[in-house]
Amino acid sequence: MKIPYSWLTEWVPVPWPAPELGARLTMAGFELETLEAAAPPFEGVVVAQILSAERHPQADKLQVCRVSTGSGDPIQIVCGAPNARAGLKSALAMVGAKLPGEVSIKAAKLRGVESQGMLASAKELGLGDNSDGILELPADAPLGQPLRQYLELDEAVLDLNVTPNRGDAMSVIGIAREVAALTGAQLTGPHARTSVPAHQDKFPVQLDAPAACPKFAGCIVRGINNQAATPAWLRERLRRAGMRSISPVVDVTNYVMHELGQPMHAYDLAKLKGGISARLARAGEAFTLLDGKAITTAADALVIADAEGPVALGGVMGGMRTSVTPQTSDVLLESAFFSSAAILGRARNYGLVTDASQRFERGVDPTQQVRAIERALVLLQSFAGGAAGPISVTESAAHLPQRIAVPLRASRLTRLLGVAVPPERVTSTLTALQMQVTPATEGWQVTPPAYRFDIGIEPDLIEEVARIVGFAAIPEVEARVPQHFRPLPEAVPAEVAVLELLAARGYQEAITLAFVDPQLQTQLFPDRPALAISNPIASDLAVMRVSLWPGLLRAAQENQHRHQERIRLFEHGTRFEVADRVTREIDTLAGVACGGRLPEQWGVGKAMRAPADFYDLKSDLEALFVSTGEAGCFVFEAGALPALHPGRAARVLRRGMPIGWLGELHPTLVKRLDFTYPPVLFELDFSALAVQRAPYHEISRYPQVRRDLAVVVDEAVTLSTLTERVTLVTSSLLRSLRIFDVYRGPGLEKGRKSVALGLIFQDISRTLTEQDVERLMASVVTDLRENLNARIRE
Amino acid sequence: MADLTALTGQALEQIAACGDLAALEEVRVHWLGKKGALTEQLKALGGLSAAERPAAGARINEAKVQVQAAIEARRTALAHASIEAQLAAGRIDVTLPGRGEEHGGLHPVTEARLRIETLFRRAGFDVAAGPEIEDDFHNFGALNIPPNHPARAMHDTFYFADGRLLRTHTSPVQIRALQERGAPLAVIAPGRVYRCDSDMTHSPMFHQLEGLVVGENVSFASMKAALHGFLKSFFERDVAIRLRPSYFPFTEPSAEVDMSCVFCGGKGCRTCKHSGWLEVSGCGMVHPNVLKASGVDPEAFTGYAFGAGIDRLAMLYYGVNDLRLFFENDLRFLRQFRTFSA
Repeated sequence: MKIPYSWLTEWVPVPWPAPELGARLTMAGFELETLEAAAPPFEGVVVAQILSAERHPQADKLQVCRVSTGSGDPIQIVCGAPNARAGLKSALAMVGAKLPGEVSIKAAKLRGVESQGMLASAKELGLGDNSDGILELPADAPLGQPLRQYLELDEAVLDLNVTPNRGDAMSVIGIAREVAALTGAQLTGPHARTSVPAHQDKFPVQLDAPAACPKFAGCIVRGINNQAATPAWLRERLRRAGMRSISPVVDVTNYVMHELGQPMHAYDLAKLKGGISARLARAGEAFTLLDGKAITTAADALVIADAEGPVALGGVMGGMRTSVTPQTSDVLLESAFFSSAAILGRARNYGLVTDASQRFERGVDPTQQVRAIERALVLLQSFAGGAAGPISVTESAAHLPQRIAVPLRASRLTRLLGVAVPPERVTSTLTALQMQVTPATEGWQVTPPAYRFDIGIEPDLIEEVARIVGFAAIPEVEARVPQHFRPLPEAVPAEVAVLELLAARGYQEAITLAFVDPQLQTQLFPDRPALAISNPIASDLAVMRVSLWPGLLRAAQENQHRHQERIRLFEHGTRFEVADRVTREIDTLAGVACGGRLPEQWGVGKAMRAPADFYDLKSDLEALFVSTGEAGCFVFEAGALPALHPGRAARVLRRGMPIGWLGELHPTLVKRLDFTYPPVLFELDFSALAVQRAPYHEISRYPQVRRDLAVVVDEAVTLSTLTERVTLVTSSLLRSLRIFDVYRGPGLEKGRKSVALGLIFQDISRTLTEQDVERLMASVVTDLRENLNARIRE
Repeated sequence: MADLTALTGQALEQIAACGDLAALEEVRVHWLGKKGALTEQLKALGGLSAAERPAAGARINEAKVQVQAAIEARRTALAHASIEAQLAAGRIDVTLPGRGEEHGGLHPVTEARLRIETLFRRAGFDVAAGPEIEDDFHNFGALNIPPNHPARAMHDTFYFADGRLLRTHTSPVQIRALQERGAPLAVIAPGRVYRCDSDMTHSPMFHQLEGLVVGENVSFASMKAALHGFLKSFFERDVAIRLRPSYFPFTEPSAEVDMSCVFCGGKGCRTCKHSGWLEVSGCGMVHPNVLKASGVDPEAFTGYAFGAGIDRLAMLYYGVNDLRLFFENDLRFLRQFRTFSA
């Protein structure tokens, strides 16, 4: 909401310079967004008059002008503007002038003719984007006066943010009322005089949807000159308020809207057929709006219609068929009240947001429709003439908003704010806001003014008091916190501990977007349905992730492009699974690693310099599982997932329940996504990391004995099978089983591998004898031979 | 009898010339062994008179002790030198980097969130969570934002075909927490939220912190104290705050919270757009309709709620000037925040 300072002072005395005014309004709830001069900085531009303009001897489109600044010799200026003509007063940028956009004016020769400066257009001075020619100034503009001074271009324009509950403040008068409430001053605004009707013609108006449009004020004005020039001051005001000058009628209605907050519309009277009806649209009524957009109305749309159909989308925008043109001489001015319920969301249904719809949506003062027409007539007749008829009001009083008294209890005010406000301060504040305040048993009954749509309950009044008294006046009171112990369930893993564990193992946490590229996600998870966003921000961010892998792979890929050779990323976030139309949000922990097993460094063996593989990440997961207290309950079993290498993928289970996946990215995808090293990925349900504390075991005080065994078995024999057999045979005496080598190659039959096992035996109650251990080893060997076709390597 | 003094001198010379323990042992045997030169001297005592014998014996013994001591001293010196030599040979370059895995780290937004959670937990708040896909009721309706409300225009909402949506703020957790736990309560709900908006200061996904305190005597004054206390603790400095009237459909009165700029101390700089203030939060007293929608009697209880951008707090905390950096996951960026978490 742009408010030129001088416009505001027409309505209320302002005791503060613009910056302070902005600060005060900010602290009253109208945040000052920008404070700028009415024109961007420029200097060296004065009012000047063209004494003569003659054709340039060398160029058809240029003129050589003699220009006077009121003193000294006339200055010769070469000018290309079509409107440069003898007698015209305009803006002269003299040699040395500095214009917006870092333009410096120097003496120059244009096609051989000397030019001592430049006649400037509004655009060149930053006064508009229109550049039809040089600026045209009134005949009484004083020659030689700096243009900034003459046009008061140093005036401050405040751009205020008006919150959506304060439709009443979307106008100069609305902000003036706030200033008055802050200063205690009275509004001084220009009172529109009630004009004597020049004729008695009224236009018939019928309210066929009185709840939506309970009031319609109209006035016929005949014989206006809609080709008259809008006065410079009015055009300039509009520009400063952020609007463009279009024609006398439109300029005036815009001016009044900005000043009083009442949107108006003008119809070309000659084009209206029959009477006007404010009614709900019949489904499928089609017409064209002022901006040329053809719409087909929905049944809930409010239209203004004549005998031939809609002529306006009520409260939003007028129609093309009855719009005023430069040739229009008779108009019907409309100043109506539309209920916000009838306008809310309607403009947006047609992809429109207009100044009118924004105001009606938020609530327009239902009492000042006539005043707005009166104000418009004064302005319009002052330069475009015309004979106005009576202002006729059609209304359905029962449907107009009524302001009811809202109770305000002193005790409640104190309780909600945490500080007592003196009663006289409460009444004076509310009174200054034009509310009617009457005492009641516990406080007051307060009736807000008609234009306040945001005061309906007690806290609304408390806010008004606090806002004007100032939030700064409310002290800070520390809350007394009761000592209350809350449960700290051990089963729920501390998030930070999980994240820090992965960080300690070299992973960097990432945060990727929850919506991903549907193409990439389908490549990874062709069989998992994903939830599609109806209005995605980009086509490659159009579906909710069913896994954190698409985001992590993308992040890994981008890091690879940035020449990061070794990438380890993890993320903790939600994935969205869809099954039977039900979406489950699953708290998920996932990671990706590609590149070196260890960071590049000195002094590590060749094996440790290889790219990270399945087993490196498995170790990271095992570290997580140890911290759950029951590492033994987690199982990795070979599984298949389209995203993963079919031979290098494992489903992870805890106590038999699937909790996630670990595996190497499928070679096809490695290639398609252009990874240098195949990424290894894991994904776990975060809740599967719940802690299950195991009971404490007694430690044996007797010595332990280690025996090593190398067994040759078929490739198909997994380690878990091997372990299972060994554990079964050795029962409780096996303290631990270590795998210290897996070998394939020379010396072994094809399809066979040698696994080196370290068996550590210990009893809880006695020292194991040599015979005990021999017997155990013999039974292990026998069992493996018989059951796994194992050969013992000597 | 040979000149004992000369012999001793000769022995001491040899001892001093020994370069290692083996040579020293040879010298020892030569002089003090069973057939050693000095030992031989003792054997020669037999040829002396009984009167001469004691004095001569004492002199020989003296010489032996002297030589013995010199050998011991030399042995110690040689042993020491040998250890020194070993140590010298074992010297390493302590400036070579350490071996093994390097440390990763948490995301700065997570670090900031954990810090926030710790601060609020210590002040007696619980941490709550809610779904990221919400229905219209929890995201808007229960928060006093009916359909077509102008405030909806401020929430550029992502929708799904069935009318559900990605939550545009963490405020729905207010409703859920109140419905589940009732009053009194004090919770914060940090979480990811979504709006279809993307530029230098907006990401379509970002992180919000919701706070809600409902009790019998919860006031605007206690809200001010809580927000100020939190900001001072979070930034570990004595920041000033100011509350500006604002509008949120779910609070009344409502306020924006400005904090004195942490970069310039309020003098005005680029970050605070020369105002000296940074907008960090929105807050207000919970609207009676919201309490009612959650089954809490607004006459019996009052409450305050606030919302703040965790990413924004993290940006201010770490001095990061572009929000988008948080979600580009550039390792060169992320690695700068490898610090202990709260």
